[in-house]
Amino acid sequence: MNKNIDTKKIIISNPLKLDCGKEINNFPIAYETYGELNSEKSNAILVFHALTGDQYVSGKNPITNKDGWWSYVVGENKPIDTNKFFVICANVIGGCMGSYGPSTINESTGKQIGTDFPIITINDMVNAQYELIKYLEIEKLFAVVGGSMGGMQVLQFVANFPDKAKLAIPIACTSSHSAQNIAFNELGRQAIMADSKWENGFYSNYKLNPDKGLAVARMAAHITYLSEKGLQEKFGRKLQDRDSLRYGFEADFQIESYLRYQGSVFVDRFDANSYLYITRAMDYFDLSKQYKENLSNAFKETKTKFFVISFTSDWLYPTSENREIVIALNSIGADVGFVEIESDKGHDSFLLDVPSFLKTLGDYINSTYKVINERRI
Amino acid sequence: MKEEFNIISNLIEENTRVLDVGCGNGDLMKFLQENKTKDIRGLEISKEKVQNCLSKGLTVIEGNAESDLKQFPKSSFDYVILSQTLQAFLNPELVINELLKVGKKVIVTIPNFGYWRVRLQLLFKGTMPVTENLPHEWYNTPNLHMCTIKDFYNFCSTKNIKIFKSIALKKSRISEINESNLNYKNLDSHLGIFLIES
Repeated sequence: MNKNIDTKKIIISNPLKLDCGKEINNFPIAYETYGELNSEKSNAILVFHALTGDQYVSGKNPITNKDGWWSYVVGENKPIDTNKFFVICANVIGGCMGSYGPSTINESTGKQIGTDFPIITINDMVNAQYELIKYLEIEKLFAVVGGSMGGMQVLQFVANFPDKAKLAIPIACTSSHSAQNIAFNELGRQAIMADSKWENGFYSNYKLNPDKGLAVARMAAHITYLSEKGLQEKFGRKLQDRDSLRYGFEADFQIESYLRYQGSVFVDRFDANSYLYITRAMDYFDLSKQYKENLSNAFKETKTKFFVISFTSDWLYPTSENREIVIALNSIGADVGFVEIESDKGHDSFLLDVPSFLKTLGDYINSTYKVINERRI
Repeated sequence: MKEEFNIISNLIEENTRVLDVGCGNGDLMKFLQENKTKDIRGLEISKEKVQNCLSKGLTVIEGNAESDLKQFPKSSFDYVILSQTLQAFLNPELVINELLKVGKKVIVTIPNFGYWRVRLQLLFKGTMPVTENLPHEWYNTPNLHMCTIKDFYNFCSTKNIKIFKSIALKKSRISEINESNLNYKNLDSHLGIFLIES
């Protein structure tokens, strides 16, 4: 979004063949790292971000001036302790934080690529990030970790590169986007495309921004990240800065005001076209279809250890869908642990302060790191 | 506890693939990991206990043996262990059958309801037995299907399940169970440990 981001970036010169058939080359990948890579290069963790995330996992995000999106999990003395681990996170292709995406300037025209950008998939995102791992000369990652769309990338990464990670932790995700997931994404896309300022995706040429549509998309999506119980407890029917109803369409209720706020801050940091492209990539994600309708086949070649985590109140990527990943792994005798964490914070639980999640994740990563290092795998 | 772990460990060959069903806080898994094999998994129904296991770096899945053993392929483990849990299932027969499918061999340990201390409580006090090994009251016990060493022994022969080894434990005294001492061991042991195969 912000065209003057001073972000770490590499240019990938190797051509990357996309699932849509097109090929891209000399494209940028923006990334951030935390902690130090040890001399054996055995402490690297690649974190994949979710739909609206970016490379700024921890510390202050220089664009938003807010805490990094996974500050509860990654940082000094956090579950993924950057005193100990070298954490890498890249902006996905299709994104708007410096990696190749629809808001990238086409050098020949001097304009944003807009909807001339090719359709990308989770597979393409992962293949692009693998180029970064090669650039950093890391032969084998200790772990690949991510929640939601980040979890999908974890699954795809292990399927594509079965011997490149010792541990994989997909959190609150699915191996295949459900009809309900696609439906919500489509709602968001239609909201953007219905905004007259979208201009078929070339809004920047007219110095426009479909911010109304993007805000509505974000508002709708935000509801899916929470739980009914959480919403009721936090907002109920409480009124916003007023004692009684105003008999109009202003934000009478706190929940309305909250959603409007979420929508308005989102448009300042996110590109509408990126929202279209990334939600499309999620909808197209169907890992078992890639492997002859059998999810287990995706993991047949790997010795990677898995730890799958879901949350009780997550209805966007419910436990049943996370369990399917566990079942597919068990059916081929893969090394997989699984727990459903009790939380009423909905899908967003993986981003929030959920102590039993943070403790289990941190303890598991640290004890596994110890065990694996002792065994010198 | 320690004696039971030792007996189970002695029944297992080194570097084999083991599944501990109802693994609790992972104490047996840790013990076997240190003494026998690194390749060990657990299945546990309690979220809290699963989290404790995972915190120790143990590979454990949250799930219910009655419905979730199906996902493991046939004979995918050399040994499947069910330590003092059989009596807590709604359908122990179904669970035994699932265990025998998933494991090449199965180790089942049962708290013996035929132990004389247990029998005496019902006989003389007229109340449901509460012992060191069976600490719950009738109204809060997770144990739905208590059985005796003899019950399990007979169950195996009725169902044509091969018993490779059957061991009785009293305090820390270990002895073998056979056809001829069955009635005595059933009276004098608090725990039975069986190594079986379908």
